[in-house]
Amino acid sequence: MLAKRIIPCLDVRDGKVVKGVNFEGIRDVGDPVECAEEYNRQGADEIVFYDITASYEGRGVFLDVVRETAKKVFVPLTVGGGIKNIDNIRETLRAGADKVSVNSQAVLNPQLVREGADIFGSQCICVGIDAKKIAENKWTVYINGGRVDMKLDLIEWVHTIEKLGAGEICLNSIDADGTKEGFDIPMLRAVCDNCSIPVIASGGAGKISDFSEVFEKTGATAALAASLFHFRELTVGQVKEHCREKGVIVR
Amino acid sequence: MIAIIDYGAGNIFSVKNALDHLGLESRLVSDEKSVRNADAVILPGVGAFPWAMNKLNSSGLVGVICDEARKKPFLGICLGMQLIFSKGYEFEECDGLGLIEGAVRKIEAPGLIIPHMGWNRLEKLNDCPLLHDIGDNEYVYFVHSYRAECSDDNIAAYCEYGGRVPALVYDGGYVYGAQFHPEKSGDTGLKILKSFAALIK
Repeated sequence: MLAKRIIPCLDVRDGKVVKGVNFEGIRDVGDPVECAEEYNRQGADEIVFYDITASYEGRGVFLDVVRETAKKVFVPLTVGGGIKNIDNIRETLRAGADKVSVNSQAVLNPQLVREGADIFGSQCICVGIDAKKIAENKWTVYINGGRVDMKLDLIEWVHTIEKLGAGEICLNSIDADGTKEGFDIPMLRAVCDNCSIPVIASGGAGKISDFSEVFEKTGATAALAASLFHFRELTVGQVKEHCREKGVIVR
Repeated sequence: MIAIIDYGAGNIFSVKNALDHLGLESRLVSDEKSVRNADAVILPGVGAFPWAMNKLNSSGLVGVICDEARKKPFLGICLGMQLIFSKGYEFEECDGLGLIEGAVRKIEAPGLIIPHMGWNRLEKLNDCPLLHDIGDNEYVYFVHSYRAECSDDNIAAYCEYGGRVPALVYDGGYVYGAQFHPEKSGDTGLKILKSFAALIK
């Protein structure tokens, strides 16, 4: 059977790894290539680089970081942030990324998802979604790092991107992100029940049991966390050991 | 020197990066002569079966691939593995390289997510030199929506995903095909690539 994936995310700004809490109060924690190598040693199933400068200030993705990492780390790499057009996707994949994650730009220009999937294959187009609860079982999609409410219904958006050819969804809960109170189970359930592509759970991981919980209670195929791993509160290995004890299949 | 065939498909640099990391000499090649002069050949690929066969046909590489795959170690990866078979049925019926008898069809797995994407466990079926250093509980990384249908005799290892999915195929001679990405499968994948290079005489 397919193993559930544990994915550390590295938020990168100006070539350094940082982690924002609710997208504010960013702290600096190190060299992204070294961090990626360390996660690889810990057993990370995939590594995500998110260029946080790009979406704020329109900077290009950190292709050199990706290129260096791809020479040293032999697990799938996903790169997000600042991907605005087909050329950006092409240069990111050529730098060694296996997938790109498009978020704001997918909302502003959904054809990017379709064209990207047509040209490079659905498997390399991950759509990142930042969503926030507005009522019971109702969420809307935000863009620009969670700053702009697009008044777009989450489930409707999930249906749209699946039809456009997205290969995967990385679902981040704005409400849960940075709280360390666990993944947003109701939101993840709603999305997993409404699509047939893999869903990565993001936002809110704070303790080891949050990981087994998200796999036990939702259809998520992967769980992503950033600060928890950056600040060495937990290692990927510890999370996997815990999941294994709980009967969750992990590599 | 290992020739990595570059026909415009997918992330070929990952394969090159992995071979570089292992200290194995390799080159990205797109001409007949380089394929003939290589000690071993890797056919990578991400994309659609008919598109890839078209590319190989139009670049005149089909003949040389079929010749050389009988003489020296040959490894198809992902789509490159699927192309090894006689027929593909992605969008339309299409002839493959025909190095191993079999067909490539959409994965039918009710209730399971397609593509089959992520880490799955290799279950060994037949002896294969590429698996000699691989234990019984090792995972490799897959991303695909189509699967090979071939004789059990050609399956070195499979994985379970709505039934048996051929993961590593072998013709008993020089032809190997990995449905997974050894270049993205951590240490397990690197060991497999190392074993492949060790076949070079």
